[in-house]
Order: sequence, then structure tokens, then C-alpha cells
Amino acid sequence: MRVITVAGPPSVGKTSVVLKTAQALGERAGRIGVVKFDALATSDDAVYARAGLPVVAGLSGGLCPDHFFVSNIDDCLDWARRQGIDLLIAESAGLCNRCSPHLQAALGVCVVDTLSGVHTPRKIGPMLKLADLVVITKGDIVSQAEREVFAFNVQAASPQARLLAFNGITGQGAVELGHHFARAPEVERLEGSRLRFSMPAAVCPYCIGETSIGREHQRGNVRKMPFPEAAP
Amino acid sequence: MTESPHPAALWPAPSGQSRPDGDEGAVLASLTLLGGHDKDGRPERLHLRLHPGDILCIVGPTGSGKSRLLADLECLAQADTPSGRRVLVNGAAPDADWRFGAHRHLIAQVSQNMNFVVDLTVEAFLALHAACRRVAAPERVAAEVLACANALAGEPFRADTALTQLSGGQSRALMIADTALLSASPVVLIDEIENAGIDRGKALALLTAHDKIVLVSTHDPILALMGGRRLVVGNGAVRAVIETSAAERAFLARLQRLDAELMDIRRRLRAGEAIDGGKAPAWMP
Repeated sequence: MRVITVAGPPSVGKTSVVLKTAQALGERAGRIGVVKFDALATSDDAVYARAGLPVVAGLSGGLCPDHFFVSNIDDCLDWARRQGIDLLIAESAGLCNRCSPHLQAALGVCVVDTLSGVHTPRKIGPMLKLADLVVITKGDIVSQAEREVFAFNVQAASPQARLLAFNGITGQGAVELGHHFARAPEVERLEGSRLRFSMPAAVCPYCIGETSIGREHQRGNVRKMPFPEAAP
Repeated sequence: MTESPHPAALWPAPSGQSRPDGDEGAVLASLTLLGGHDKDGRPERLHLRLHPGDILCIVGPTGSGKSRLLADLECLAQADTPSGRRVLVNGAAPDADWRFGAHRHLIAQVSQNMNFVVDLTVEAFLALHAACRRVAAPERVAAEVLACANALAGEPFRADTALTQLSGGQSRALMIADTALLSASPVVLIDEIENAGIDRGKALALLTAHDKIVLVSTHDPILALMGGRRLVVGNGAVRAVIETSAAERAFLARLQRLDAELMDIRRRLRAGEAIDGGKAPAWMP
């Protein structure tokens, strides 16, 4: 199964980016499924379901959404395997700019929008700095000059990343992003794999620098998410 | 006038870094658009080659497929978009690595919906953009962009004006001047700027003087006739490619005189003058 993490600050257009890209891919990358991580509430699972994509939502509640994400991501792969999913997209809102959801084994995508201002790229941590691909949205409503300065600052913050302009309304950029999605690394299990960067601290082993994934490392404040099964 | 810092370079790297794809400085000599099919699957007869300095207008009703056409160019479609079109770069199909890696800044855009949102003065922002483009003398180029913008705008503005305080016309003039002199993109798309109150002829001349391929998506008759050719789009396909004829060019001159009259009436009203019916030009009823 190919696994992709899509992260980015709230309201940058992550869901639109994923939906338009899934549409552009069609059947070419096999069956596409989505796990939507959010903190308190989400209606994006309904949006994905309407588009015909198998989806499960996980709400972190009072926990750090990043910690919730890493404690559940392998279970998400298990769920996806049971659904016959070939390409799994884990979408998570980067609610603090210190979020670091990207996995060493998977394709890491960060979505940022040009409206957030030309200096914003410098303020975002590992979510942007360690991404393989940075998708830049809302370029159609700011000046070309600001788009260029913004892209320059993104590349300076994340020199290894490929940048990709995306219009979440028209889907411009979806063909290019689909090309990269369809070539994301194949992952069987994440057990024993690592995060690209330690997560922000809270109150569990991951708070004090643990980066190993797997049930034996999930101690302290761990909460597991429920997975509704498809009717037989 | 100074040359663009990197004429038609498709993807210049930020200062001191090399691109992971390693193809800096590729130069665009031509773009070729090959037909696909319309929304009903009927073949589109199209073989169109564009060179730096060309102005191509795109006309057609809303929903006719103008945006799809521009998106096909932007992503260098290879029969993998809904239109089935293909785009050749310098006469050949781009390989996938190049296509999906490096051309991201192929098209620069200036549209009615765009705004400056950054809280900086004109001067400070232009210097910032120039620095990003690794220009040797950012202040000098910034001053040149400002002078060009003021030559296009109906109402001049100063270097210390805040970007966010510019009028619609001033913003559009600055966007066009900046795109001509500072943008890396070899193709410029102009989308619906008819009401912006800028000198459209001078704006297009400025862009073509800097070796841009200029695409103008418009409903405005003056803009539509300013191009060397115009594409007529309908039902998701190009229905015709029309060369602007000598008769149309003569008609354009009439339209421009008419437009100048209207602009003059606008200026007089804004200056507080009363319009004297006796001075109305011959074409008015």
C-alpha cells in the first residue's frame, strides 16, 4: 500500500487538494482511501464520503493531535488493508506550527497558502521543513510577485522539497500532484519505522522524544481510535 | 531598459542553492499546443505554435473551456487531462521528470481577482522580490519597475505608498510591470483586466518587449483585437484560430479612439467638470 501524509495549517485547502488529486488520478493508482485527523470536530469525512472515497475520521479531543496521529497510524494501515485500499492518504491539520507528522517510510506533503503572508514559511517547523512536496494554494488571489516571493521563502525553509502550485477550486495542479501520489513509497507496516522528527512535547513517551512506532511504545496518555467496518 | 535578470529561465533556484532536478536556466523557444477533443469526444483540429513575443487572445463564453486550455498549458498536458490535449516544449514532449519537477513557474498570471496582501511599501516589496530573483542592484530594478508601472497607470503613485492602498488600476499596472521586469516565467496569462483603467496597449508592448509569450483571456473587444491571433473556444475545444486581419486592425484603431473619448469624459467628470453636450464627438447620438 502507498502511504501519504498530508499536513498543513488549518483552512489552507488540504481537503480540496486531496479531493481534486483523487479525481485526477481516477483508477490509475488503485483504490484511494483517506484518514482524516482533526482535534475537536470535522465534517471533512462526509465530504470525502460524498466523493465516493472510503474514509475514517479520528478526533484527538484533549490530546495533542500529532501524538494521537502517531499512536493510531499503524491501525489506520490495518483498516485500509481490510478495505482493499491501495493508496492511503492521512490528512492532519497542523494546529501548531511545530507539528511533525511526516513518516520516514511515507511520502510527506505539506500544504500552505499564499494568503498567509510571505514570511509564514519561516515560522513553520518540521511539517514544512521535512516535507518531500510542498503544495502552495490560493495563488490565484494574490499578486504574481507575492506568489514568487512566497515560493522563494518556502524553498529557502525547505531546500529539498519540490514545490507545486495548486488551485483547490479549479483543480489546477492536480495532474502533477497525482503523478507524485501514484509514486509514493509502498509501506506494509509502520511498526519499527520512525517519524522524521520528534513531536512537540505533551505527556506520553512521545513527549520526551520517543520516535519509535508500535504498540509497545504507546504508554501513558494513549487513546486508540474506533474503526467502523464496512458492511459485508 | 534593463533585461529581465534571467530571461525566460523556467525555474531559477533560490540564491546559493541548486535545484534537486538540476535543470536551471532551461530557455523556452516555443510552446506547441496539439488538439485533443471537445466535451462530446469529437476531435479538436489544432496545431498551434507560440514563440516569445507572441500575443494570443482567447475568446469564448463562460464555461466554453478557456480555463481548461490554460490549465493544459500550465501542466504541459500529455493527453492525460479531460481535453486530451498535448503540449510540446521546444518542439518535443517534455519527459515526466522535467514536466513534474521543474516547470512550475511556466505561467505568470495577472488577473482582476488578484490583490496585494503583504503589508509593505511598494519600494520595500519590490526590493524584496528583486532580492529573491538574485538581481545585482535590487534598488535600481525596483525603481525601474515603479517607473514602468507609472507609465501604465492612469494615476501615478509613489515608492513609499503602501501596496494595500493602491487602487485597482495602480495594482494591475504594478503587477504587469513587475511581471515583465522581475518574473522568471516565460509565459504571462492576463485574465480579464479590461476595467482596470490602465493603458492596455502599453502593457502588452512592455511584456512582449521582455520576450514573454502573452496569453490574454478576455471579453473586451479592444484587448481581443490587440493580439496577433485569437483562439475561439467552445464546448471544451478550440473551434477556430483567427489571424487578426488588416480590416480588424483598422477597426481596432477606431475602437481605441472611441475608448479614448470615453476615458476623457471619465477624467473630466472626476475633475469636477460639467459635460458640455456641444462637445460630444460625432459618433454620439
